[in-house]
Amino acid sequence: MGRYVLRRLFQMIPVFIGTTFLIYALVWAVPGDPFAGKCGERPCPDQYVSAMRAQFNMDDPLVVQYGKYLLNLLQGDFGKTFSGTEVIDRISVTFPVTVRLAIVALIIEAIIGISAGIVSGLRNRGFLDSLVLVSTLFLISLPVFVTGSVIQLVFGIQLGWISPTVKGTGFADLIVPGFVLASLSMAYVARLTRASIGESRRADYVRTANAKGLPVSRVVGVHMLRNSLIPVITFLGTDLGAFMGGAIVTEGIFNVPGIGGLIYKSIQTKEGVMVTGLVTLLVLVYLLMTLLVDLLYAVLDPRIRYE
Amino acid sequence: MSDPTAATSEAVAEVGGGAALGKPRGLLGDAWRELRVRPLFWISVTIIAIVVLIALFPGLFTHADPNLGILSRSRKPPSGEAWFGYDTQGYDVYARAIYGTRASLLVGLLATVGVVILGSVFGILAGFYGGWLDAVLSRISDIFVGIPFVLGAIVILTSLNTAGNTSGVRIVTLVVLSIAALSWPVAMRIMRSAAITAKQQDYVKAARALGASPRRIIVQHMLPNCLAPVLVYSTIALGAFIGAEATLSYLGVGLRNPVVSWGVMINDAKDYIRVAPHALLFPSAFLTVTVLAFVMLGDAVREALDPKLR
Repeated sequence: MGRYVLRRLFQMIPVFIGTTFLIYALVWAVPGDPFAGKCGERPCPDQYVSAMRAQFNMDDPLVVQYGKYLLNLLQGDFGKTFSGTEVIDRISVTFPVTVRLAIVALIIEAIIGISAGIVSGLRNRGFLDSLVLVSTLFLISLPVFVTGSVIQLVFGIQLGWISPTVKGTGFADLIVPGFVLASLSMAYVARLTRASIGESRRADYVRTANAKGLPVSRVVGVHMLRNSLIPVITFLGTDLGAFMGGAIVTEGIFNVPGIGGLIYKSIQTKEGVMVTGLVTLLVLVYLLMTLLVDLLYAVLDPRIRYE
Repeated sequence: MSDPTAATSEAVAEVGGGAALGKPRGLLGDAWRELRVRPLFWISVTIIAIVVLIALFPGLFTHADPNLGILSRSRKPPSGEAWFGYDTQGYDVYARAIYGTRASLLVGLLATVGVVILGSVFGILAGFYGGWLDAVLSRISDIFVGIPFVLGAIVILTSLNTAGNTSGVRIVTLVVLSIAALSWPVAMRIMRSAAITAKQQDYVKAARALGASPRRIIVQHMLPNCLAPVLVYSTIALGAFIGAEATLSYLGVGLRNPVVSWGVMINDAKDYIRVAPHALLFPSAFLTVTVLAFVMLGDAVREALDPKLR
C-alpha cells in the first residue's frame, strides 16, 4: 500500500506541473497590458510599471517565470497581488467557506441521492422507480444557474421562506446553496445507486440472506448496501473536488463569500498571482481527492489489493 | 456544477464490451428495433426535430425583430402581442428565444463534433498502439481533466477574448474551442477503453494475420466497433455542452452581443429577476427542454445499445 501511494504521488507531479503551467501561461503570456486601468484615470508611471515587472519577473522568459513561481510555491509562498495583499491571506478567509459549502452539498447529495436510488432500485419498473428516473432526467437537464435562480426567486423573494442570499457562512446558512450545488450530482448518485442495487439484488449472497430469514432491513442495509455503495462512494469522493471548482455559479447567485467569487473577481481584474494561486490550490485538492478515492476503494472492497 | 459529462463516461464505457460482440442482425439494427417501441425516444426525437427546425428557420416562428429594443416597453410582462413579454431593453423575449436557438444549438453541435473527433483520434491511437504513446496521451488528458471545467473555461475565454467590437464568428469559435479543449479527455478515455477491448478480439487478430496494415485495422475494423459508446456519450454531451454554453454566457464570458443565445438572454435578465422574472424563466425553459431532449435521447440510445440492460 505504501509503495502504491508513493508511486501515485510521483505520477501526480507531471500532471500537477502541466496543469498549473497551462493556467500560468494562459494568465501571464497572453497579449494585453496587465497594468491598464490600475492607476485610475491616467496611464501608470514608468517607475511603477518597471517595479512591478521586476517584482513579478515579467521580463524573464515564461518558463523561468513559472519556475520561480513554483519554487516560491513549494516554500509555501503564494506571492502578493499587484496591490500588495498576500494571496495566502485571502485564501485563508475564503477557502474554509467553500470547503463548508462543498461538505454541505456532499451530505445533501449523499442522503437524497442514495435514498432515492435505493427506493427505485428495489422496486424495478414500479411507479416510484419511474418517478425517480424522470426526476433525475430533469435534474440533469437543469443547469445549476437555473435551479439557483428559480429557488432564489420562488422561495426567497416570492414566498419569503428563505433568505435570498446567505446571511452567514455557518453550515446551517449554506444549506440552500449546498442543495443547489448538489442538485446535478444528486441525480447521478441516484442513478448509480439504482443501477448498482439492481445488480446486487439478484446476487447469490442476497438470496442466501433472504433464505436465512433475515429481516428485509438487514438484508438491504447490511448485505446489499455494503457492496453496492462502493461505486457510489468513489463518485462522491471525486465530486467533493469538483464541487470546489464548480461553486462559482452557486456562490455568485447566493452571494457566498467563497473561493469561486474570489477567482471570478481576480480573473476580471487580471490579478494573475491570485488566479494562479487559487487554481493551483484547486488542482491540488482535486488530485488528492482522486488518490484518496482510489485508496478508499481498497479499504471498502477487500478484493482489491494495491501492490 | 460538477462536470455532467464526466460521470457518464464510466457508464458509457461499459457499452463497449458488449457492443463488440457480433449479432446476426447487427448492433445498429438491434438497437433500432429496441428504440422504436420506446415512447421516450420518440418524444425526444420530436423535441429535437422542432428545435432544429427553429434553429434553421427562425422566421417561420415569429415575425418580431429580435434586435428591436424599444425602451418604452421595457420589462412588460407577457401579453397577447408578446407571448413572453419584454426584457429590460425592450426586446421581445419570444423572438429572442426563437432567434437564440441557432447560436445555442450551433455551439453545442460544433463542440460535440470537436470533442468526438479529438477524443476518438487520440483514444483509438492510444488504445491500439499502447506503450509510450498511450502513456503520453493519457498524461496529457490527465492534465486537462485536472482543470475544473468552469474555471478553465473562464480563464481561457477572458485571456483570449479581446474587448471591443468582435465579429460573431470569432465569439462563437472561441466558446466552441474552449469547451472542446476542456472536454476531449472524456471522449478519449471512452474510445481508449473500447479500443483496448477491441484490440484483443479475434477479428483484429485475424486481420493482422492476413497482413492488414495498422491503418487499415484501425479504420476498417476497429473504428466501426468502437464508435457505439462514443456516439452514446456524444448525444448526452451535446445536451451538456448547450448547458455549458449557457453557463459561460451567464457568467458573462461566453457568447455576448451581437450574438443572441439563451445564455446571453439569461445573463441580461439575471439582474432584474425581482422585477422581470419572465425574461429569465422563458429562455431557461427553452434551454432546459432542449437539454432534456438530448439527455433523454442519449439515455434511450444507451439502453438500446447495451445488451446488459435488455
